Amino acid sequence: MFKSISELIQITEDKNIPISEVMIQQEVEETGKPREEIVAEMGRNLDVMEKAVEDGMNGVKSRSGLTGGDAVLIKKYMEEQESLSGNLLLDVVSKAVATNEVNAAMGTICATPTAGSAGCVPGVLFGLKPRLKPTRDQMIRFLFTSGAFGQVIANNASISGAAGGCQAEVGSAAGMASAAAVEMAGGSPQQSAEAMAITLKNMLGLVCDPVAGLVEVPCVKRNAMGSSQAIVSADLALAGVTSRIPTDEVIGAMFKIGQSMSPALKETGEGGLAATPTGKALAAKIFGPAMGKE
Amino acid sequence: MKFRSVFDIIGPVMIGPSSSHTAGAARIGLMARQLYGRQPKWAKIHLYGSFAKTYKGHGTDVALIGGLLSYDTDDERIKDAYKYAEEVGMNVEFVEEEGSAEHPNTARIRLGDDDGEFELVGISIGGGKAEITELNGFELRLTGQSPAILIMHDDRYGAIASVSKVLAEYEINIGHMEVSRKELGSDAMMIIETDGRLPAGVMEELKTCDHIKQVVTISD
Repeated sequence: MFKSISELIQITEDKNIPISEVMIQQEVEETGKPREEIVAEMGRNLDVMEKAVEDGMNGVKSRSGLTGGDAVLIKKYMEEQESLSGNLLLDVVSKAVATNEVNAAMGTICATPTAGSAGCVPGVLFGLKPRLKPTRDQMIRFLFTSGAFGQVIANNASISGAAGGCQAEVGSAAGMASAAAVEMAGGSPQQSAEAMAITLKNMLGLVCDPVAGLVEVPCVKRNAMGSSQAIVSADLALAGVTSRIPTDEVIGAMFKIGQSMSPALKETGEGGLAATPTGKALAAKIFGPAMGKE
Repeated sequence: MKFRSVFDIIGPVMIGPSSSHTAGAARIGLMARQLYGRQPKWAKIHLYGSFAKTYKGHGTDVALIGGLLSYDTDDERIKDAYKYAEEVGMNVEFVEEEGSAEHPNTARIRLGDDDGEFELVGISIGGGKAEITELNGFELRLTGQSPAILIMHDDRYGAIASVSKVLAEYEINIGHMEVSRKELGSDAMMIIETDGRLPAGVMEELKTCDHIKQVVTISD
């Protein structure tokens, strides 16, 4: 079982197979389940993601009323005028937002790696679909590659906001998506690793400070920005840009930063944006005065 | 290595909004329900850390109740779990604890009915994964990732051997096994995670082993 990104890349070079294939083979070995069953299960996850994107693009609203409808706004904007950042990037962003709006509305999603960060991977995948025209097999492989990178982060740092802050959630998700985007675009395994390092470096220190403790503000928009970073990092890596700090060391830094982060900034809803006057007022409005207190 | 499967990272398919606070909580509830072995009449759930601070916003309460009603993480009935709990006559009470637990997402669950009570501690470790760390005062580590057998027994010679003999006869491979006891010669517990599904009959046979008081299973 690979324990680090460098080990993962080494296996792809020794066996001359893509990262997605390493992940599939390891899953077969770990679980003893037949390959077809494992690939079919990932296919079902892909279908759930596609459905969530669709639902969100049609417009949903959360119970608290804090989030919902932004994916629709972005889609409309793209239809009516030429965007500044380009339609591929905005398409990615709108699909990431759509997924997280469905999540906030207690809809059905696939955690990648978590529910709060579930938008980045499908946003990037379905946003790139019109451009790269992947087969279903390639789309399923995108998810295995994302999973391989996520697994190393989960085992060496954290994918839990309560343990490591938002860097562990949206940071991990964006890093995973950028690495998988590189593979789907035809880049090398090492370029995937570079893309993840570039993304993660920019996510270090990101705190988890949900208003009223809800996975809504700022989570939905962090998925928007995470997915856009994933695309830019993938492009940088494909251009040949490398990270001076190796990916595994970036993950190590992420772990230590998570440990030294105050509990108020790790999914307790007590610090950061949650502690702003408006954040507290919203909490009080949704749950009553007791929630708005320090 | 805590995360061994790709589906720990890409998955689970779940009802939002939080993998750790909703899906992980539902898994804790579900493991509690399986370990208790029947629908409890009442549940008193103590929440710690981030669970205590944010459970209302994350639906941690409905997820835990949903688990206690045997719902999986992607069951849409989770949203209305309070209603379904009332329908089956399960009374649920939540207690927000001020003190901190070892893990930020910790729930201590007491379950009961006219025939007995039971207490366990569950933690949600991220990405929808959960572990049971304490059961009726015994420390343990149960992930629910593989089928597991839990055996309460007297701390006597031969208890462990008689159980492992039955498992060997059924050709069941043990992936992980822990034994613990409260004190020498008193209550003891075995926890056995197995590689494959448990064939019919094995549970009944385990119950007839020497010094065995109670046998329960949880499936993956």
